Amino acid sequence: AAPLYAASQPETVAPISINDAEIELATEAEAPAHLDGALPKIWSGWLFRDATTQSMQMDDFENPAMVFVDQGLDLWDQPDGAEGKSCADCHGSIDDSMKGVRAAMPKMSEDGTDLWSLENFVNNCRTTRMGAEAWGWSSAPMESMTLAISMASRGMPVDVAIDGPAQSWWDKGKEIYYSRYGQLQLSCANCHEDHYGDWIRADHLSQGQISGFPVYRLNGAGVVSIHERFFGCVRDTRAEPFAQGSPEFRALELYVSSRGMGLPVEGASVRH
Amino acid sequence: MSSHLWHAAVVATAMATPAICETAPKDVIYAEGAIETSLTGVAGNPEEGVRIMTTNALGNCVACHQIGALPDVEFPGNIAPALDGAGDRWTEAQLRGIVSNAKMTFEGTFMPAFYKVDGFTRPGDGFTGKAATEPLPPVLNAQQIEDVVAFLVTLKE
Ligand code: HEC
Ligand code: HEC
Ligand code: HEC
Repeated sequence: AAPLYAASQPETVAPISINDAEIELATEAEAPAHLDGALPKIWSGWLFRDATTQSMQMDDFENPAMVFVDQGLDLWDQPDGAEGKSCADCHGSIDDSMKGVRAAMPKMSEDGTDLWSLENFVNNCRTTRMGAEAWGWSSAPMESMTLAISMASRGMPVDVAIDGPAQSWWDKGKEIYYSRYGQLQLSCANCHEDHYGDWIRADHLSQGQISGFPVYRLNGAGVVSIHERFFGCVRDTRAEPFAQGSPEFRALELYVSSRGMGLPVEGASVRH
Repeated sequence: MSSHLWHAAVVATAMATPAICETAPKDVIYAEGAIETSLTGVAGNPEEGVRIMTTNALGNCVACHQIGALPDVEFPGNIAPALDGAGDRWTEAQLRGIVSNAKMTFEGTFMPAFYKVDGFTRPGDGFTGKAATEPLPPVLNAQQIEDVVAFLVTLKE
């Protein structure tokens, strides 16, 4: 949809240069073909943040998300549940075994009957393979673990499957993306497609990409999962959001991921 | 009951019960987007209108609109056209219609309807994230709409 009050492009599209250019993450990519021209280019949410917030993601020692990455790495090695096993016991090194995993999420479940987010895969191993309790969707251990797993895909382009059995999920997610919810009657697209680059009060609207998730948010000083962010955005339209982990939010996650195909997974990102 | 308390009770009832001549959201008649008659019959207060337009929990119009006449508002948004000169471009009746339900003037607009109580998808109870049953209270009540309109008509270039 052509915006009425032109969406503005970011002033620069410099890469996120981390640890004195040891790692460079592109902030711009070509819009994927399945967007049918809805966006001219796709941009990381990092570009729309102020310089102070941006700089926190440019040095791993200053990045407040790293504490949580470390907690996730500890959990990876820690036995839990009736089987007394740790993630490492089966998977070995997180860097090798989880490489590319975040970039392809969400995807069809192991038996192919459901669409699973990274959280579902983690809980499936916990409950069926470790005899441990499932973690809450946006609980502290789950957020630390998904953050640590995301680091193993740092710099790899988002690449989700949207055809075959995932197609109907993608269609459903697209429908949700363009639905105008709540008493304020606003859709994701109203803000993140028609008005990225504009200001909604003091907030600089991005394209609502999830290539940086889970993110560390300064506002709240903690890690925020994808579904937690979706929940907040829908709630702010004076609506009843879908539950975190619901089929609706998993479908939406697939669709929003697909809008970011080509942008690199940022691993531990920082937002305001 | 002391006379003081009795007074308070009368005032409370008066506030809870809409005046006889108040038009309920569902009874509003739009003529090409405009609402000809006042929703309350009571003249709007432009100063109160400014407060409503700049308060987050009320109109929060400045989330999207800039208003040159209100230079003290910090960080107004730029999603929507600046409201300077709105009083020249639109009649009072048209402005009443735009504030009550802008979708009757601008089809499919981003601007929320402030005097509408049903026909929503997954309506919530304010910003709590909990479900709510329609009809909801409108975002602004009838007198608040009149107050906002009373300020908008003063916005002349
Ligand atoms: C008893 C063995 C075992 C344990 C313990 C285990 N996993 Fe798994 N995990 C597997 C197997 C088997 C699979 C499916 C095959 C595969 O993808 O490796 C799997 C799949 C996964 C996947 C999906 C990978 C993909 O590419 O689709 C993730 C993510 C995952 N595990 C995370 C974890 C985490 C986190 C823990 C610890 C909290 C854990 N696993 C503990 C055996 C285990
Ligand atoms: C009323 C406007 C509005 C609506 C509607 C809205 N959002 Fe947002 N969203 C924001 C604002 C403001 C932010 C914070 C600034 C930014 O990153 O865009 C945000 C941030 C986000 C982010 C974080 C981006 C990042 O890089 O950290 C995601 C993801 C997101 N929104 C997705 C969605 C989705 C999906 C929907 C619909 C279900 C939605 N939003 C609906 C206003 C909105
Ligand atoms: C979420 C965004 C948003 C909010 C909040 C909002 N508006 Fe608007 N408004 C718009 C948009 C967008 C337009 C342009 C109409 C169109 O073409 O879609 C508009 C148009 C208008 C116009 C006509 C513009 C002109 O001068 O020609 C008036 C008057 C107006 N709004 C008043 C208000 C008032 C008063 C409030 C608060 C009670 C308000 N708006 C809140 C988005 C918003």
